[in-house]
Amino acid sequence: MPLDSILFYLFALIVLGSAVMTITRRNVVHSAIWLIGALVGVAGLYLLQGAEFLAGVQIIVYVGGITVLFLFVIMLVPVREEALTRRFSSQKWVGVSCAAVVLVIVLSFVVYGAGGLQFPERGEPLGPGSLTENSEQVGYVLFSEYLLPFELASILLLVAIIGAVVMSKTRKSETEG
Amino acid sequence: MEVGTTHYLVLSTLLLFIGTVGVLTRRNIIVILMSIELILNAVNINLIAFSAALQQIHGQVFSIFVITVAAAEAAVGLGILIALFRNKETIHADEIDLLRW
Repeated sequence: MPLDSILFYLFALIVLGSAVMTITRRNVVHSAIWLIGALVGVAGLYLLQGAEFLAGVQIIVYVGGITVLFLFVIMLVPVREEALTRRFSSQKWVGVSCAAVVLVIVLSFVVYGAGGLQFPERGEPLGPGSLTENSEQVGYVLFSEYLLPFELASILLLVAIIGAVVMSKTRKSETEG
Repeated sequence: MEVGTTHYLVLSTLLLFIGTVGVLTRRNIIVILMSIELILNAVNINLIAFSAALQQIHGQVFSIFVITVAAAEAAVGLGILIALFRNKETIHADEIDLLRW
């Protein structure tokens, strides 16, 4: 078995195992920690696919940013009392059945359609021919072809920052009254 | 057994399933938001797998945008959660029934 395959199955196991632990843990903090495991596993899969830049972005943005944000918010709500309540809502079996139907449909598409996937042979360079490093290629395409979406993404982030601040700040009248 | 694009697609489908189950069954809104992150990661695995298979960089650029939107979504979602907790004293999805008549 080649090393690539071993690493793929290892990372796949980490991702799926951590994902299952994330949605089943009673304590929300444990969920957040398992989520880190799943996100790091996904970063490993990126590395296997030759997307080094994205693996770095994944670690920095998800593990360094979003998970810390989750942990901060968890600190603001009572986790200990929370751990004593029911974990799953009353419609859990309906939810699992619906998700299972989606799983069967998509999996059948993937498995039966696998023969229809035709890809060019490996070895052709990605992006412009003179650039060989992954981050160079991503940067080139991002700042040429995808310049407008890139700038729009910055506006999206600004709007999200302002929205998050406005929603989570205490209003003056509330603190006084 | 050689690992091909199909393996990545199956993995991403399973991750999508786990994320969907999390969104549909958990009561805690924080865990629901985490499940949404799992679903977005499943999308990213797909994009990267096709990017590598087609030898095209565009999948990776799209993936960056997905990560951007995921970050914005997490920030706004958690902001809504804090505002909600301040008003309703609950973070359980099935106890928030303001829109029910």
